[in-house]
Amino acid sequence: MEAVRSRRKSLVSTGVGSTLPLYRSAPPLEVRLEDFELYAIDRLRVLKGISDALSRGKKPDEMEKLVLDLWKTNMRHQHSSELLNKDIISHFVLRLVYCRTEELRKWFLSIETTLFRYRFRDEPSEIQRALMAEFDLPYKAVTTAEYESVKEKLNQVARAIGQPITTDAIYYKVPFEEVPELVAGRRVFIQKGNAYIAMNQSDLFPTVPIPVLAVSHSRNQIQAEYDEFLRYQASKQTSPQVASVTQPNVHVADNTYACVSQSSTLGSWVMDSGASDHISGGFTSYHAVSESSFESTSADKQKFQFTDFRKWTSMIREQEKDRLVPIIEALSTSYLGPDYSQSREHAEISLKDIDQIAKSSFPLCMRHLFEKLREDHHLKHGGRMQLGLFLKGVGLKLDDALAFWRAEFSRKVGAERFDKEYAYSIRHNYGKEGKRTDYTPYSCQKIISSTPGVGDHHGCPYRHFSEENLRTALTRMRVGNRALEDVIDKVRNRHYQLACTLTFEAVHGSSCDAGVNHPNQYYNDSQRILESQWAHGFSHYTSCLSMYLIFAVNQLSEEFQQPKRNNSFNVGQYRRVASLV
Amino acid sequence: MPREEVENGRDDMLIDGNEVEQRRLENAVPEGFNADYLKAYYGKIFPYADIFKWLSYGNDGKHPGCDHSYFGRREFSFTLDNDIYLRFQSFNTASELENAIKEKCPFKIDIGPVYSVDIKVPQFLCVLSLRGRQPSKRHAYSQGGDNVFTPVEKELVFDIDISDYDDARYCCSGADVCLECWPLMTIAIKVIDTSLRDDFGFSHILWVYSGRRGVHCWVCDGKARRLNNEQRAAIVDYFRVYKGNENSSKKVSLVGPALHPFLVRSYTEVLKDYFEKRLLSSQNLFLNEERFEKILEMIPDESVTSELRGRWLSNKRSREEINVARWDQLKNLLQSNKQKGQGLRRCIEEIVFTFTYPRLDMEVSKHMNHLLKAPFCVHPKTGRVCVPINPKNCEEFDPSAVPTLSQLLGELNTGGFKGEGDSEWDGTSLGDCVRYFRESFLQHLLKSCKEEIETSYNAKVQQSRNSISW
Repeated sequence: MEAVRSRRKSLVSTGVGSTLPLYRSAPPLEVRLEDFELYAIDRLRVLKGISDALSRGKKPDEMEKLVLDLWKTNMRHQHSSELLNKDIISHFVLRLVYCRTEELRKWFLSIETTLFRYRFRDEPSEIQRALMAEFDLPYKAVTTAEYESVKEKLNQVARAIGQPITTDAIYYKVPFEEVPELVAGRRVFIQKGNAYIAMNQSDLFPTVPIPVLAVSHSRNQIQAEYDEFLRYQASKQTSPQVASVTQPNVHVADNTYACVSQSSTLGSWVMDSGASDHISGGFTSYHAVSESSFESTSADKQKFQFTDFRKWTSMIREQEKDRLVPIIEALSTSYLGPDYSQSREHAEISLKDIDQIAKSSFPLCMRHLFEKLREDHHLKHGGRMQLGLFLKGVGLKLDDALAFWRAEFSRKVGAERFDKEYAYSIRHNYGKEGKRTDYTPYSCQKIISSTPGVGDHHGCPYRHFSEENLRTALTRMRVGNRALEDVIDKVRNRHYQLACTLTFEAVHGSSCDAGVNHPNQYYNDSQRILESQWAHGFSHYTSCLSMYLIFAVNQLSEEFQQPKRNNSFNVGQYRRVASLV
Repeated sequence: MPREEVENGRDDMLIDGNEVEQRRLENAVPEGFNADYLKAYYGKIFPYADIFKWLSYGNDGKHPGCDHSYFGRREFSFTLDNDIYLRFQSFNTASELENAIKEKCPFKIDIGPVYSVDIKVPQFLCVLSLRGRQPSKRHAYSQGGDNVFTPVEKELVFDIDISDYDDARYCCSGADVCLECWPLMTIAIKVIDTSLRDDFGFSHILWVYSGRRGVHCWVCDGKARRLNNEQRAAIVDYFRVYKGNENSSKKVSLVGPALHPFLVRSYTEVLKDYFEKRLLSSQNLFLNEERFEKILEMIPDESVTSELRGRWLSNKRSREEINVARWDQLKNLLQSNKQKGQGLRRCIEEIVFTFTYPRLDMEVSKHMNHLLKAPFCVHPKTGRVCVPINPKNCEEFDPSAVPTLSQLLGELNTGGFKGEGDSEWDGTSLGDCVRYFRESFLQHLLKSCKEEIETSYNAKVQQSRNSISW
């Protein structure tokens, strides 16, 4: 059907002979069905490779090579003229897939930013300059007189972030809102709302303000798209079957919209580039909503467009049921990585097992929260969220969760206050209250970037614990001396996920090739290993563990001769293994 | 006995008493907080007109550029007696707001964001009770039409609670606060206010006493109201120095060969003086072993700490200036240590930051849709009104002198006359607070709002003219 017509337009020119597009607007071209999928998958390989490398703590120079290699390997095309198209199309397809949730969007943005940075750095300097000009950034260079007045402060910032002090730098004044990353890190001097950014800093990695700046434009764009997406999410509720997302081009007012719609029942994406006319009108009126003088007219227009649009999307979904829908579904599930909002198949845990499971399979962040809860019978909000959602992902059912939290909290605040003040938020986490979202457990990225304050126990221990406390905690997890030093070494270099991976390997005596990206992944991997050790008897198990554990296990082995005395955890484990085999 | 005296249950002594004294006693209202007091406060004193003017941001005017739907798209939420929580209240006019508050008599009024569309729709369905018995009626809203419902504007807000400083004060803990530890709030106001104005270029900033244990800050510039969540988070991170959680002994970590100019300014202009001249002695930071050990923990050099520890343990006689003396010794020793150099000197700053630097409740500021208690509310636990604080002389602010509900009602009774102004509050001790709000905050704000509306209207007119001529 006309959803994907084979109409090819010539390349979108970046105008400067560069191979690096700025992704300012969605391509005005139609995509062949198989390209649509293949391009996106190729780009995902690149992004995934970058993401893995980052979490493994690769150094900047290693990263540079790795990123460019990944790019060359995956983003090839037999026709060199198609290279740029492939780049742009794949970018926009993923952009649409990844604006689903804030978490995904953040991941996508940060990896795309990294990719852009390295590719930008790889360009010759005249291209870099041309690209900068292309951005047409409306920023003024700081005059000499003004420079003199703030020189001292600028040098102070340079010293603070460990950059050489330059005397011949040209500084630009940029509204602070445009460079949130630099503001957040106090890596820039700000005065009266303007951030002062040196242009020649661009070749200093990793503090590369220019690409950050450049990217901030497309970032804002994605942010805007995300906002639009949220609005559509809201409007989705008006039509039960279908919601839709379009790509408003924030900066350039042309009609090049790609359109993706999401069926709320399947949770998958459908792309169509022939539908731009329908939606663009709807969008223009959207922006007018906040402008009162046009409000009355826009309201009518909006309604009309929407009916129109809804009819169209519901038709498309029906027609594309067998063609585009499966592709997108595959794209969004097999490549986005699981979100752990549902526990593994058959994996349910019962309350009486929970202490033992916590000891054997919880990552340190959760183990710590769990122990603190048992100890203090209380956790502050951040801790309740981090642990509560994790337990949900582990397979603790709502009723058990309520019983679990009530048992602890009632000892501190009383059962009545628990029911009144805390139970709501637990049901909320399970999607039983408020807007009824089934919340997903926190990923490592989210936990690492959290900011625990006074009285808080959440966050990533590798990042937020003092070294002394971390050592104590790791020793309690029976991490051996040598492994412990390795872990601490990673922590010093701020590779927190890597530190966690090493801990996992030390505790389980088994390698963890994928690295730790999610506490629930840690848990699942741990359970898998423990299960297989069960299935294969103790020979493998013992050989992997430290001398201490061998001793302990041997002592226990007599107990294992008498299955009735085993605790339910082991029996449950065994049953699960049986069902797997 | 005259009838009225029987009714009032007074004894004869008072009848014979001094007439003035008698009147004062008659008018005195017992301390406390209850729904009746609150009704009287909302009935006579609460400055509705000013709140409406403020949150309209000039859109209640006659200029063709005004957006008359603006105030009506703002979310208010009421916490009633018994923890009933009403979200998504909205009002089109000052009198609608006034009538709703008078009718519902909320114990707490929160202000939320301005939404993209009128939030009247969800109003009838989002009656949430904290007990969670209320079934979600969101579905009803979802069928309400094509409205897309998303926050578009919200003041940039900050919330600072004294209870977050418990490891930096010894006079009180938890929600308690006294004149010894209140300077911590003064420091926070000075540091944040200066940075918001000088660094970020904001100018319409309202500081408010939160009624019990801290302060709130509302940054009301148009640019601030339209910041997205990422930009809000960036500002909060810019302010974040204190990284203390329960599992890290070092609460402040100042790394890098130099400090950012913002930190340097905060240190030299505010923190250092407050630490050395006020808190050092008022909090007795070096008073005994337990306390000075906490500070020695922050120094990573064993030889320095053991030397200081030795000196302090052998010299236990308690002197008036023991804190100052010990601090001087510590400073001298760290500064004189030439080989170790900067790392150790940085410790001095780290200690000062640990005991003085503002600790923000970050989550409140990061998200546009976070609600914050409105100014001029009354705190149910203290009965005190959430009055504005002038950052220019915030060191004079005394939380224990903030007018209470009963005090205000007493003054109303005593006064019996209206002040020169238009409202009852004029004759009470809230008068100065409302006047400050009006004259030092609202007037300037509305002036620049008018200019902003004018400018954007002209630009729009210009634009449409251009497109026509083209």
